[in-house]
Amino acid sequence: MGDVSEVKLFGTWSGSPSPTKRVEIALKLKGIPYEFIQEDLGNKSESLLQYNPVHKKVPVLVHNGKPIAESAIILEYIDEHWKYAPKLLPEDPYERAMVRFWANFIDEKLRSRALVMSEGEEKAKLIKEYIENICVLEEGIKRDFSGKSPFLNGESPGYLDLVLGSSACSHRAIEEIVGAKLIMPEIHPLFFAWVTAMKNHPVVKETLPPHEGLLNHVLKYKQRTLELLNTKA
Amino acid sequence: MEKQEVKLLGSSISPFVRRIEWALKLKGIEYEYSEENLQNKSDLFLESNPVYKKVPVLIHGGKPICESLVILEYIDEIWPQNRLLPEDPYEKAIVRFWANYAEDKLMQGIRNVLMSEGEEQAKGVKQVTAALHIIDAEMKSITKFFGGETIGYLDIVLGLTVLWLEVVDEVSSESKMFDLQSFPSYSKWMEAVKDLPLIKDNLPAKDILYREEQITLTVVPSIDNTKVE
Repeated sequence: MGDVSEVKLFGTWSGSPSPTKRVEIALKLKGIPYEFIQEDLGNKSESLLQYNPVHKKVPVLVHNGKPIAESAIILEYIDEHWKYAPKLLPEDPYERAMVRFWANFIDEKLRSRALVMSEGEEKAKLIKEYIENICVLEEGIKRDFSGKSPFLNGESPGYLDLVLGSSACSHRAIEEIVGAKLIMPEIHPLFFAWVTAMKNHPVVKETLPPHEGLLNHVLKYKQRTLELLNTKA
Repeated sequence: MEKQEVKLLGSSISPFVRRIEWALKLKGIEYEYSEENLQNKSDLFLESNPVYKKVPVLIHGGKPICESLVILEYIDEIWPQNRLLPEDPYEKAIVRFWANYAEDKLMQGIRNVLMSEGEEQAKGVKQVTAALHIIDAEMKSITKFFGGETIGYLDIVLGLTVLWLEVVDEVSSESKMFDLQSFPSYSKWMEAVKDLPLIKDNLPAKDILYREEQITLTVVPSIDNTKVE
C-alpha cells in the first residue's frame, strides 16, 4: 500500500475477556504489521500513562505516534484507515447501526468479570441473567443477521464478531469456574454455531489461548483480584 | 432514490430524545414525532425496540434504530449535509472516545447521584466532579464548539448536561453540588450551546426535567417501564 506507518499496540492478556485480543485479531486479519508492547497492569509504563491518561487502560493503539484508546473505537479506526478487505464493518449504514447496537449490548450485558468473581446467591442470579442475555442475543442474531454466515460479518470475522468473540470464545473457561453451562446448543443454536466457527478460524485460533491456558489465566485473575480485595479491606 | 419516511419515537420527559431532534433539525430532515406513553407502550414501540423498550427510536423507511449514539452516527451517514462527525478517521476516533466518556462518567454519573443518597451520593458527586474537570480541560482547546463554528456530534452528546446539571442542583438535598464556576471552559461552552436557537427551542422545559428527576428519585430502580434511555 506504500503506507509506511508505525503501529504499536499496548496490551495485555490479563483478565478474561481481553479487549486487547480483539484488536490483535483485527490487525492480523488486515495484515497490518505492528509492534506489541506487553503491559504489566500492576506497574504501568510511562508510555501507557502518557497515551491513555484518562483511563490508563489497555488496549491502546498508537499509529504514527497518535494514540487511540477503547477497543471498539480502535476497531472502527482500523477499518476506516486501512480501507481494504477484509472489511470489519458493513458498508450499509443500517447494517452498521445494527452492528454498533449489538456491540453496545454485549459490552453492557455480557460482562463476565462480575460473574467470574461472584459467589453463592449473587452467582446464581448472575448466571441466570447471563443466560437470559445470551437468549436475547440469540434472538438478535436470528432477526438482524440472518443473511450473514458463518460470522456476523459474513465470510470473515468483523467488528461485532471480535467484540463478542473475546468473551464468547473463553466461555468454557468461565463455565468451568462458575460451575454452570452458559451457552447451550439446544437453547442457543445460532450462537453456538457462531462460537464454533470463531474458535475454528485460523487467525482467531492462533491469537486466543487454548482452553487450559485460558482457564488458568481466569483462575489466576480471580485469585489476584480476591487478594487485592482482601488486602484493601 | 425515493424519500423514505422518518419517524421518531420519543417522550417529552426523555432528554436523550432531544439529541436526535437536534441532529435531525440541524440537517433539515423532515420527520414525524410520536410521543410514546412509557407507562402504556404502543405495539410499534415494543416491536421497534424489543431489547431495551426505551426511547428514542428512529424509524427510517420502516426500519428501527435504537440507542441515541447509534442513531446519531446513522443519521450522519445517511444525510451527510452539516456533518456531525469529522471525516478524518483519527479525529473521529477522538470524538467517539469523548462521547463514550461523557455517557459513562457524566450522564450515568449524574443519574447515579440522583438515585443514591448519603455517602454513596457523596462518592458519586466526587466522580462526576472529576469527570467535569477532565472534560473542562479538553474544552480549553476549542474555540466555540467541538464541531467548530457549529455544533457537532460531541456537542450534541454533551448538550444534555446544559440543563441537567442545573436541575440536579435544584432537586438534590445539598445545594451547589456542582459549582460550575470551577469549570470555566465548560461553563463558557454551556452558555454558547444554550444560546443557539436550535438548542434553546428544543430543550425539555425545566419543570418537565424536574418532574422526571423526581420520578427517577422516587421510582428507581426496579420499575422498568418508566425508565427512559
